[in-house]
Amino acid sequence: MTQAPEKTRPSVERPADAEGPAVGRPVDRVDGTVKTSGEARYAAEFPFPDIAHAAMVHSTITRGRITGIDTAEATAVEGVLAVITHENAPKMVPPGRPTPLDLSSMAPGTRVNYLNTDEVHWNGQPVAVVVAESLEAAHAAARLVRVTYDALPATTDFAAAQADATPVKGNLLEIGEAKKGDAEAALAAAPVSVDATYTTPPQNHNAIEPHATTAVWDGDRLTVHEATQGIEWVRKHLAVRFGVPAANVRVIATYVGGGFGGKGAVWAGTLLAVLAAKATGRPVRMALTREAVYRTVGGRTPTRQRVALGAGRDGQLTALLHEGVSAVGRMGGRSEAVGSQSQHLYAARTVLIRHSTTEMDTVPNTFMRAPGEAVGSFALESAVDELAVELGVDPVQLRTRNEPERSPTDGKRFSRQNLGRVYADGAERFGWAARDPKPRSMRDGRRLIGWGVASAFHMPIQLPADVSVRLAADGTVLVRSSFHEIGVGAATAQAQIAADALGVPVDAVRVEHGDSDQPVGPMAGGSGQTASLAAAVLEACDRIKREALALARKAPGSPLRGRRPAELRATGSGLFRADLPPGAESAGETYAAILTRAGRGYLEARTGSDNRLRAAAGQARFMTRFLLDRRRWVRAAIGAHFCEVAVDEDTGEVRVTRWVGVFDVGRVVNAKTATSQLRGGIVMGIGAALGEETLLDPRTGRIMNPGLGEYHVPVHADVPAIDVTYLDEPDPTAPAGILGIGEVSIVGVAAAVANAVHHATGVRVRDLPVTLDRLL
Amino acid sequence: MRPFAYVSAPDVDTAVRAIAEQPGAKLLGGGTNLVDLMRQDVERPTTVVDISSVPLTGVDELPDGGLRIGALVRNSHLAAHPLVRTRFPVLAQALLSGASGQLRNMATVGGNLLQRTRCLYFVDGAAACNKREPGSGCDAIGGFHRGNAVLGTSEHCVATHPSDMAVALAALDAVVEAQSVRGTRRIPLVELHRLPGDTPHLETVLDADELITAVEVPASAVAATSRYRKVRDRASFAFALVSVAAALDVEDGAVSAVRVALGGVAPKPWRAYEAERVLTGAPATEESFRAAAEAELADASGLPGNDFKIELARRTIVATLRQLRVEGGAA
Amino acid sequence: MVEVQLRVNGTAHRLELDPRVSLLDALREHLGLTGTKKGCNQGACGACTVLVDGERITACLALAVQYGGREITTIEGVAHPLQQAFVRTDGFQCGYCTSGQICSALGMLAEVEAGAPSAVTEHLAEPAVALTDAEIRERMSGNLCRCGAYNGITDAIRETAGVPS
Ligand SMILES: Cc1cc2nc3c(=O)[nH]c(=O)nc-3n(C[C@H](O)[C@H](O)[C@H](O)COP(=O)(O)OP(=O)(O)OC[C@H]3O[C@@H](n4cnc5c(N)ncnc54)[C@H](O)[C@@H]3O)c2cc1C
Ligand code: SF4
Ligand code: FES
Ligand code: FES
Repeated sequence: MTQAPEKTRPSVERPADAEGPAVGRPVDRVDGTVKTSGEARYAAEFPFPDIAHAAMVHSTITRGRITGIDTAEATAVEGVLAVITHENAPKMVPPGRPTPLDLSSMAPGTRVNYLNTDEVHWNGQPVAVVVAESLEAAHAAARLVRVTYDALPATTDFAAAQADATPVKGNLLEIGEAKKGDAEAALAAAPVSVDATYTTPPQNHNAIEPHATTAVWDGDRLTVHEATQGIEWVRKHLAVRFGVPAANVRVIATYVGGGFGGKGAVWAGTLLAVLAAKATGRPVRMALTREAVYRTVGGRTPTRQRVALGAGRDGQLTALLHEGVSAVGRMGGRSEAVGSQSQHLYAARTVLIRHSTTEMDTVPNTFMRAPGEAVGSFALESAVDELAVELGVDPVQLRTRNEPERSPTDGKRFSRQNLGRVYADGAERFGWAARDPKPRSMRDGRRLIGWGVASAFHMPIQLPADVSVRLAADGTVLVRSSFHEIGVGAATAQAQIAADALGVPVDAVRVEHGDSDQPVGPMAGGSGQTASLAAAVLEACDRIKREALALARKAPGSPLRGRRPAELRATGSGLFRADLPPGAESAGETYAAILTRAGRGYLEARTGSDNRLRAAAGQARFMTRFLLDRRRWVRAAIGAHFCEVAVDEDTGEVRVTRWVGVFDVGRVVNAKTATSQLRGGIVMGIGAALGEETLLDPRTGRIMNPGLGEYHVPVHADVPAIDVTYLDEPDPTAPAGILGIGEVSIVGVAAAVANAVHHATGVRVRDLPVTLDRLL
Repeated sequence: MRPFAYVSAPDVDTAVRAIAEQPGAKLLGGGTNLVDLMRQDVERPTTVVDISSVPLTGVDELPDGGLRIGALVRNSHLAAHPLVRTRFPVLAQALLSGASGQLRNMATVGGNLLQRTRCLYFVDGAAACNKREPGSGCDAIGGFHRGNAVLGTSEHCVATHPSDMAVALAALDAVVEAQSVRGTRRIPLVELHRLPGDTPHLETVLDADELITAVEVPASAVAATSRYRKVRDRASFAFALVSVAAALDVEDGAVSAVRVALGGVAPKPWRAYEAERVLTGAPATEESFRAAAEAELADASGLPGNDFKIELARRTIVATLRQLRVEGGAA
Repeated sequence: MVEVQLRVNGTAHRLELDPRVSLLDALREHLGLTGTKKGCNQGACGACTVLVDGERITACLALAVQYGGREITTIEGVAHPLQQAFVRTDGFQCGYCTSGQICSALGMLAEVEAGAPSAVTEHLAEPAVALTDAEIRERMSGNLCRCGAYNGITDAIRETAGVPS
């Protein structure tokens, strides 16, 4: 076989128990034991002696009005406590309009006020909820609720709906149009050009934990155990909808079984569980069936994209056009900013980026891992590959040759620019030099072998984050914040950061998270959680060190007497002079010594504010700073994917056989969890490349494969050993040098696969997923 | 799931009596299909007769070298059986390519044969489906039917039979033994399932009160050189788009014995008699394989979303026979 | 209601159950053993994998009444080096599929021990199978991990099975 030998250089190079800083080390997850023993409890797993179970009834029409609901048969089922419909449901306050001043106003995925309206807006919208003593009774009775409708015409065919697309104007949070020069003219004049249309289908997150809520009212106080990536959004939103002060709502989400964006907004199940608990006066658990997740939680919206590239014979880009139309739910949803990476990735002399949306009567779409880029990169990076073929230039060279100095559309500076380096590293590890560029030139028996590349690009966001850090006299540390452990290893990372900041061992740090009683943490989204938290943890640790020093400076017997912070470093569970070896007599002292002498049990620092007004002001300040900063910098995590596929010559079956991904994600806090997360994005990208598609019947707008049997996420056998590395250099403009890593690695994956398939077979597939029927 | 009366049957007699006495009763084998469909309200038995501990779990060698397989033998156990692995590799491979390790440990031979279609509209109560609700129409024909059939269909239904195991058994001339209060009868496996015609809800020739007790696979020399090729969207844990069970003997460059059956393309495990006829005695060449595949699929007709299966089936037949020729030659 | 004797992790429980109750719901809702997860309730994800008399099954498609008297092992009853290996190799992220992966892997290793073949086993006639990475991946394909921790899971299983990489 024409194939470079597999490189087995380990991705993780520093041992877990190495001396020195904790940050960067492959520390085991702090929740490893509870997750491998079954002890970790998820939202549907909190016992209450009088728990009642809720099940949804979904509309079977797409748009219209309910003309009648017959609940008699369902109510008669033994064990049924209530059948809640729009005719008898307690009132909910309608959701307000989203405002950029309070991001939590974006919490509801939709304007629909469930069970407070007789209107139906999509096929599968909840129209009733059954509450029963048992799961069996609830689900059986839900089948017996008879609903009649007056149906109205609906828009359910994306292909047809595109005719009605309207341009996205764009604002600070959403990309509309970006322009430089006259790209159409440059394209027409270009000696070499490609101009093609690409499509991507709807997709669903499919976290293995289905959405679940356990809701308990106690008077006007509410506690919910929730599968969410946005505790604070849930808390504020429930308070608004049920007319209680936010302080009365407690949201607990210690462990969340995956999210990928699907647990970011507040969806019907959450609201209806709380509503059902209110209606029945019982603790209610709403554990969504997999089908209910598909019917009531939005996914990634379909797109149709045009990418046109013009270049000189030297491969220098003279024109880059990326136009995308995506569907949005008529009752909510957002544009899929497919041109996001195209604004910054390559130095084109002229650029035109345009987005438009068309409304459809579907469940509101929502963010899914790298919204915009994940599917936008499929079009852009496929087109770049097509151009490389046209030019007869190596696709790696074509990309690195067009690495921009400054962002091509707006002249912004890059906080770092390492595209050339990640490609060089990747090419080395993959053995790219051995590639014969001719399609169908490499084979292994009857399998055609292809190699493809694509760039990854993602701009992580930053979020406000409050934390409290408490340093106890025994040298242990407690970090608290209502952030989310959805699998990213967030608690482990913050333990490492606090450990280094205070100079204590990692296992001296305990991290409490996932409870709205804690200081308000960031949502798990936009790849922003770890860096945002790190900034706050560092600030809090800094204050603690200052306070410790303040105690020691005044103490007559302390070796730190009269010292200034700049002269000291935190190490050995205390503060020591940086100019002396830490072991040296009188170099400094431990926190234990300082606190004991001062008679203090602990020192505590808290960032952010408990005061509502001040917290709101703080959030507004944060947003302003964030947006200003965005105007100044392009701060992006980037990467280069190298992929090998084997395509069965007879059947067209595509299998990914090798993967190398090299990333620049700023500082890596935990080599182990970062590697896993980067791999996870690649795995999800392989799914999008080869199989994932939510089948929305264009005749009815009904999702026809609402299950894991028919929606094909990758299985073990689809995934080869994935070689992931990263540059591991701090980004000087980012908190603690950390860029986010949650999303970047999915970006470009589908294109790398499709490019490899083209190399293997000579067939260019421009429509995802690349199923075998497209290759016959 | 609707409520039902639960009866645990310790033996065949109790079970057949129970289903005879209770109209609306269903047998429960491993439950991997029945429980799923009951939960989706597609199956609504009023009584469930649990036969999972009925001792029909033997795999016994018949005097001629064939096998008698108890209906309650688990799919995984059958696949791991030494006689299956050595004499009927196509059967072991078909079983092992189906579902997952966990499901194969639950699934029984009888249940596997009688599992129902995976047509997307069959399991959705909101859709029109003649199989689920006779006379309601067929939403698959104008909708998503990528997984549906291209052979043996009717204007009323284009569903496939999803079993892998049954395809191998069809190629192996297996015979199904069924028992009821009226007695026992033997049905060739290829005659067990019906084509949809205008009664797609009638899927087999079994009566509602019949219990499959065993499947017999006659001795077959050609079966020693056999294999199952399953083409699917994932590398594992997915139903077949197309599958081929084949066995091939070549003597002096000519096909001396051949068996071919297809899965994923028809409402029943599809024995490719036409292909076998073309091949028998023909030179064991790529051209003959292709001609046989063409002949078998001459009457195939697809819909826009599954037309590709016709060409895919042709290619998979050729590829499987080609590989068997190589393996047979090497053996 | 029917009476069922469920033996779980060595303890016998006498339960009065609606026959519709799945083994999975019996464990989670009636016995408080929530370590076994529900990801699809359709046999399609493997999160609910438990061992019955040492064999792995998906508890969501099992009626509890069918499993009276059998020896059921859930993650709560597992104490095996494989669990530490999962932590070492980072064979999970969110942890929701993990109980199922671990139980499935233990059942799978027993199958390999017994010489059971898989769809990727080349020489079916041979009574023993070598546990290659391809074998591990094929045999574990009934357990989805949406976090994509597959590499770590394969590593953990390979390490625990004592097979050099
Ligand atoms: C996620 C998933 C993926 C799957 N993938 C595949 C695949 O790739 N390939 C494949 O072939 N299959 C696949 N299957 C289907 C699986 O193989 C079948 O569900 C299984 O074989 C059915 O056997 P069982 O014993 O569990 O049947 P049950 O569910 O117990 O019964 C099925 C039907 O057969 C009847 N029945 C059972 N035993 C008898 C008997 N002895 N006599 C008369 N009637 C009887 C029952 O009444 C019922 O109607 C998959 C299933 C799932 C859930
Ligand atoms: S193909 Fe058959 S099973 Fe599918 S919808 Fe049509 S009638 Fe029903
Ligand atoms: S919950 Fe049982 S397989 Fe998914
Ligand atoms: S660890 Fe999250 S699904 Fe596997």
